Amino acid sequence: MRIYISLLVLTAFVLGAILFVFNNERTLHKEGEVQAHELANGMKIRVIENHRAPVVVSQIWYNVGGSAEHNGITGVSHVLEHMMFKGTTAYPAGKFSEIVAANGGKENAFTSKDYTAYFQQISSDKLAMCLRMEADRMRNLLLDEAEFLKEIEVVKEERRLRTDDKPSALLYERFNAMAYTNSPYRQPIIGWMEDLESMTIDDLRGWYRNWYAPNNATLVVVGDVKSEQVFKLAKEYFGALASVSLPVIKPRREVEQHGVQRLTMQLPAEIPTLIMGYKVPVLASAESPEEAYALEVLAGLLDGGESARLTRNLVRGQQLATSLGASYNLYARHSELFTFSVIPADGVSMEQLEAAIKQEIELIKATPPEQKELDRVIAQVLAASVYEQDSSFYRAMQIGILETLGLGWQAKDQYIEKIKAVSADQVQQVARKYLVDKQLSVAVLEPVTMAQTALETGRAASGDAHAY
Amino acid sequence: MLIKNLSLITSLLLSLFSAQVLAMPEIQRWQSDNGAKVMYVHANGLPMLDVRVVFDAGSARDDGLSGLAALTNGLLAEGAGGLTAQVLAEQFESVGAQLENDSLRDMAIVGVRSLTDQAYLDTALATLTTVLSQPDFNQPEFERELARMKVAVTARKQSPADIAEEAFYQALYGDHPYASPTGGTAESVEKITLEAIRAFYKKYYVASNALIVIVGAIDRAQAEAIVNRLSAGLAAGERAAPLPAVKPLAENTVIRIPYPSKQAHIFMGQPGMKRGDEDYFSLYMANHPFGGSGFASRLVETIREERGLAYSVYSYFSPMREAGPFIMGMQTRADQADQSVALLQAELEKYLTEGPAEKELADSISNVVGSFPLNLDGNAKLLGYLAMIGFYDLSDDYLQNFVEQIESVSVAAAKQAMARRIQPDRMVTVIVGDIATDQDKKAETLQE
Repeated sequence: MRIYISLLVLTAFVLGAILFVFNNERTLHKEGEVQAHELANGMKIRVIENHRAPVVVSQIWYNVGGSAEHNGITGVSHVLEHMMFKGTTAYPAGKFSEIVAANGGKENAFTSKDYTAYFQQISSDKLAMCLRMEADRMRNLLLDEAEFLKEIEVVKEERRLRTDDKPSALLYERFNAMAYTNSPYRQPIIGWMEDLESMTIDDLRGWYRNWYAPNNATLVVVGDVKSEQVFKLAKEYFGALASVSLPVIKPRREVEQHGVQRLTMQLPAEIPTLIMGYKVPVLASAESPEEAYALEVLAGLLDGGESARLTRNLVRGQQLATSLGASYNLYARHSELFTFSVIPADGVSMEQLEAAIKQEIELIKATPPEQKELDRVIAQVLAASVYEQDSSFYRAMQIGILETLGLGWQAKDQYIEKIKAVSADQVQQVARKYLVDKQLSVAVLEPVTMAQTALETGRAASGDAHAY
Repeated sequence: MLIKNLSLITSLLLSLFSAQVLAMPEIQRWQSDNGAKVMYVHANGLPMLDVRVVFDAGSARDDGLSGLAALTNGLLAEGAGGLTAQVLAEQFESVGAQLENDSLRDMAIVGVRSLTDQAYLDTALATLTTVLSQPDFNQPEFERELARMKVAVTARKQSPADIAEEAFYQALYGDHPYASPTGGTAESVEKITLEAIRAFYKKYYVASNALIVIVGAIDRAQAEAIVNRLSAGLAAGERAAPLPAVKPLAENTVIRIPYPSKQAHIFMGQPGMKRGDEDYFSLYMANHPFGGSGFASRLVETIREERGLAYSVYSYFSPMREAGPFIMGMQTRADQADQSVALLQAELEKYLTEGPAEKELADSISNVVGSFPLNLDGNAKLLGYLAMIGFYDLSDDYLQNFVEQIESVSVAAAKQAMARRIQPDRMVTVIVGDIATDQDKKAETLQE
């Protein structure tokens, strides 16, 4: 709850386009299409009508997240997300959640690198109520210090749960901090523990004042509604809020890397882990968008399912890995890492694994991928574009992400055609250009056994359970 | 081709709390000629189809060989009908179909999501049929998957949450089959053989032990054809024998496991209830305001909102074929563990004594009734509900009656059911973290 999303893995196969409106007798002329509207104060409204069930998902997206932060206040976007439930004059602490719950709704929020979002899923006749309360907390949050002092302890527990006590999560956090030199993506979304410990209510007040305004927000509504009605409600509740002058964030584009960067962590753990990441452009940062789509197809060739190359060759074939994944995030504000995460098979060394991953990359560079493989990626993208319509929440998320990044919801309509247009040669070109040592960072988790750790900390830990 | 039409439920329009109208899915049921139960709902919105086959073949059937059910399930698509795992995966993925397989304590699941375009659907279903009815269980794939399972078993040792959960189930269930982890133990994985896998498949992956659930944009005739195709390769076999009943706990048990983590993971609970339990709705609604309603619950208010002790704190009943657990859980900084356990205990005892307040229960009923349509607003959600209803032999009108059942729970009924079923003096408490063990505590006392 109060979800914080450390890494939204949105690959080709879950993030596609919405295009089909089939033989549904209930289909209206506008069903399935995005309806767009802007308020005079700059707030964006996006609606998809979907009349399958009498429910609605409503999401408010703020264009602020971990990547807007600077060192020393890391985690402030996420802590503010928690504080957004701590009350206004009209709806005191906890009231928002209580009202939504009593009206049969589900609600929560999440923070990522590039955005913070709040949502309700509820009977569609309760939409007005939700919008009224969202508009209220967009400008009228109390940010009470006593509430903050309790909530910051909750966030510290969240950090312990998600990161500190999870060896693979801790490795991933430090991997990012090592791989990026000056990009804000080096900072953890949940914040460094020391930053959380030194955070004050004034940090939050400043952050809230700066970023929570209609001209930095997008409302996305998907469900059993009429778009004109949503526009009217949005104007009624958000229309009177004044726009603000938003801070200008410095570009902080990642500097050029000049060779392989390496990190080793010894942690109390049981299984080793390898992460390899190559710096690559994303759609928003690519010199040519085609490169970003080619990288997306490359990720699909390597890891788009059980038949893709990595599982075929490294899990089943050579049996060097127990599990592995390749991921690439097309939709981000700054350049990203094309990442391989691997748990080795028993007895396989990290050197062997790294060499095997590189061999797969070299194979792509040297030999064009087969048409059959490209066709498979396209089939998966097409199918996913249908499957994802089964979830209104997911459809709303896609629009929210694209709008917040400034790519526009139309980008999802272009997705399938762009993926189809990627040639084998283009895939090879991006592999040759970006998946090279000069762009590479490698992190390795070396487990230190629990017994050793216990010895070091001077505790008599037998590991046995003492029951009575 | 013989289809016995057992029942046909016409769709109902149900007036809900929200004053909105929700059309209930029309569930059609029949049985394949070799005895597989079938549930089918026609959902016309999207050109897609979900098929899920559920067998009574979860880890409750491991018979002392923990991990056997999971490994059997995991090997189905690793080679079938003479086709390699690679070929099977290519067949599914070349048409954008998604294979699902999973093994829980009660259920073993095999299914597919596919487009309804005929050529695509044919390939997806043909491949699913092969996987379901002709698994090869060859030695190399067995060895490979067993090795992966061993790494997964080892990985659980680096998760305090997994360690705590495993100890909790062990203490709660003793010699009942629910005691052991679905993913196997370090000892059990050394004993699993290919012969045991083959025997397990032969015994449990049979039509009489199967439920086939179909949701999607196909008509009844197509659904019948799919059922015939899927079930034809399955032996008729027999339904799995009933599981033993779960024994109530004889005494209070506290298990403290030292572990070098920053947080202590806490589980408290006891055996709870079965699916279809006569107290189901009373207990479900009694738990809701206690620890089942997120930010509206007493546990979140006491532990998180008032004291900032935890990010996540909850309680729930997990009804299963036999009594599934009642669990209270949280994680907190290790030095706050004992204080937190005392708080959980005190909140439970207080709640058992006083029951929910009128407003608490009324708000919970509003929430559960009002959010009910959200649980049915997609094919995937509907599929899950149907599988649950069919697998646990609940009545076909479960969904139709759900709102009425929830609304009829009174404060007295909730309080009485909770007090009758939960014994706070006989709980299992597991604490895993950087905590003093029982022996450490005794040593300190001696020194004083």
